Amino acid sequence: MTTSIDETGLSRRSFLKGSGLAALGVTLVPLSALLVSPNAMAAKPFKTLSPATAKTLEKMARDIFPHDKLADPYYRQAIAPLDVEAGKNAATASLLADGVSALDASARQRYGRPYTAVAKEEDRVALLKAIESGPFFQKVRGNLVTGLYNNKALWPQFGYEGSSWEKGGYLHRGFDDIDWL
Amino acid sequence: MATQFRLDDDEVVVIVGSGAGGGTLANELAQKGVKCVVLEAGKHYQPDDFENDEWAMFNKISWLDKRISAGGWHHTKTYPNLPAWIVKGVGGSTIHWAGLALRFLPHDFRNKSTYGHVDGANLLDWPIGYDDLEPYYFRAEKKMGVAGTAASGLPLLPENNHYKVIAAGARKVGYKQIVRPMAINSQAYDGRPGCQQLGFCMQGCKMTAKWSTLYTEIPKALDTGRVELRPQSMVLKIEHDKSGKVTGVVYVDPHGHTQRQAARVVCVAGNSIESPRLLLNSASSLFPDGLANSSGQVGRNYLTHTTAAAVAIHQKPVHMYRGTALAAVISDEADPNPERGFFGGYHLEGLSLGLPYTAAFMKPGGWGRDVTSALEMYDHMSCVWVCGEDFAQEQNGVTLHPTEKDQYGLPVPIVSKTDHANDAAIRRHGLAQFRKVSEAVGATRVIDMPPYPASHNMGTNRMSAKARDGVVNKWGQAHDIKNLFISDGSQFTSSSAANPTLTIVALAIRQAEYIAGAMQRKEL
Repeated sequence: MTTSIDETGLSRRSFLKGSGLAALGVTLVPLSALLVSPNAMAAKPFKTLSPATAKTLEKMARDIFPHDKLADPYYRQAIAPLDVEAGKNAATASLLADGVSALDASARQRYGRPYTAVAKEEDRVALLKAIESGPFFQKVRGNLVTGLYNNKALWPQFGYEGSSWEKGGYLHRGFDDIDWL
Repeated sequence: MATQFRLDDDEVVVIVGSGAGGGTLANELAQKGVKCVVLEAGKHYQPDDFENDEWAMFNKISWLDKRISAGGWHHTKTYPNLPAWIVKGVGGSTIHWAGLALRFLPHDFRNKSTYGHVDGANLLDWPIGYDDLEPYYFRAEKKMGVAGTAASGLPLLPENNHYKVIAAGARKVGYKQIVRPMAINSQAYDGRPGCQQLGFCMQGCKMTAKWSTLYTEIPKALDTGRVELRPQSMVLKIEHDKSGKVTGVVYVDPHGHTQRQAARVVCVAGNSIESPRLLLNSASSLFPDGLANSSGQVGRNYLTHTTAAAVAIHQKPVHMYRGTALAAVISDEADPNPERGFFGGYHLEGLSLGLPYTAAFMKPGGWGRDVTSALEMYDHMSCVWVCGEDFAQEQNGVTLHPTEKDQYGLPVPIVSKTDHANDAAIRRHGLAQFRKVSEAVGATRVIDMPPYPASHNMGTNRMSAKARDGVVNKWGQAHDIKNLFISDGSQFTSSSAANPTLTIVALAIRQAEYIAGAMQRKEL
């Protein structure tokens, strides 16, 4: 028994998405990209992304998930997987390069300067808001969800301790230490 | 040497799937002397393969074959190709479940009698009542080591931080029934250790304290010498003879070769998307609408529970991730009470997320300071999941895509779900109550989250007294084909407000008795 597309209210969008994690709006970045220390990362040039593109993506990453307590290298590290993917996939490389150009163009039109030179966060956010449903923004944001928050190096800054089995779980490490109730 | 059965051995019971239904059924049948072949689509992971890492395990064990979300639910936007969050692997979704083993309530089996006619819903009473299932609930609780039950004799698990903060708030707003019947060993039981509060229950319990068929029912079944487990074996179709009796299944083996296993009886336990999909894919000239589908109800009445989630940010740290993922469960709202403005009931279940999942699920697609200011308070969060009654609606269900095929060459399943007006009312009430519970202990901010992809999938091959109303009878036996059984949650007639696993296990124990008896009497 089959049902036609119209009967199920199936959206075209469903077809355009891949399966799995992409379906969550999340890209799982390879762990290897996150194992480098932030300082080493800061010193290491990207292979595919131009310095100007990388600089814009880094700024954009901070504007998408702004954490004042996180140093720049974490954001650089968070976009590193995009450099790796751009190196393997020409479509990604042009999506990113074209996306950055378009973002700079709209920044120049509105504020007379490229995106990274727009001083106020709220102005940059307004520029991003205008493109948030587009593929460029979605690509960058989807990568950041794991590029940033799946980076074990920054978990301590959020009070998350992660893997516990190798330490005997949390049974003797504060699983019931709440003292303010 | 592991037992092996010949492909042409037509005395075996073939079980499709090895989760709560299939894994339990295999062991129960084997203990009664019945020979079984278990075909499992996924790989055979071991606890050594489990990592305390949310995304790593998501990628390793989730059922990620393409599915399409359709209908009016939120998932068409948030999770267009991941309507359900279930496992592809030996042990099925018992690897991923959080371990909450709630019984259904007596009225849950009398869905239609309790609520009468509800516009837009396709309610029906189960052909069995609570009393029929009660002894099997007891046996399931004993088997699974459910903490705090008479059946297991195990004490409750200790209260972790997340439990304490939710329970304290619940008591302040007057809730009384704060429970946690968990199928997680509170001390060593059945050859498995007591829980050490790892906090990664849903990534596969690495210390095997949480019940999963992977390391309980399945090895016990294999130890009898009467069961053969074939992992990475995806069943494509069920075959039948001229009389309409099923005779075997066609599957793809780990090497990509198509095989045919003969069978005396076939039991389908592939969870509520794959099970009806297999029946639909088995359409033949004798059964043009799919097997066991004379009622037209195969793939219909898809139930997921009415769900919602929220995080609360407290003034001081909670560290919700330390310890069992499922914390306090508030049961006071589970009984029906129409004065609240909706039918049915719900549970408020404290369910923790790690930072990586919180970032992904708190506000899918979200960004900016609104999101990051909350995430910076991650260690001050508590998190709840609303698990409410979901009413059967005929148009909610699983159909086959007309053209698109998956890696096995099978039509991609379209999983369609549209809320009933009742669902929205339950969700609103549940989220409002969680807000009160959280604010009662001083929470400063509560953020409502959209439902996660569905982990509770039920109802697509439902039980019915009459053949015209459903797919299987009170034993899970197809109305149309006597040697074909449904052995998973797809046989549920109603969802209740209780997590489904305990009821799936109880039904599997009961079904095994019936099948073994009927085989002995030569009725099968």
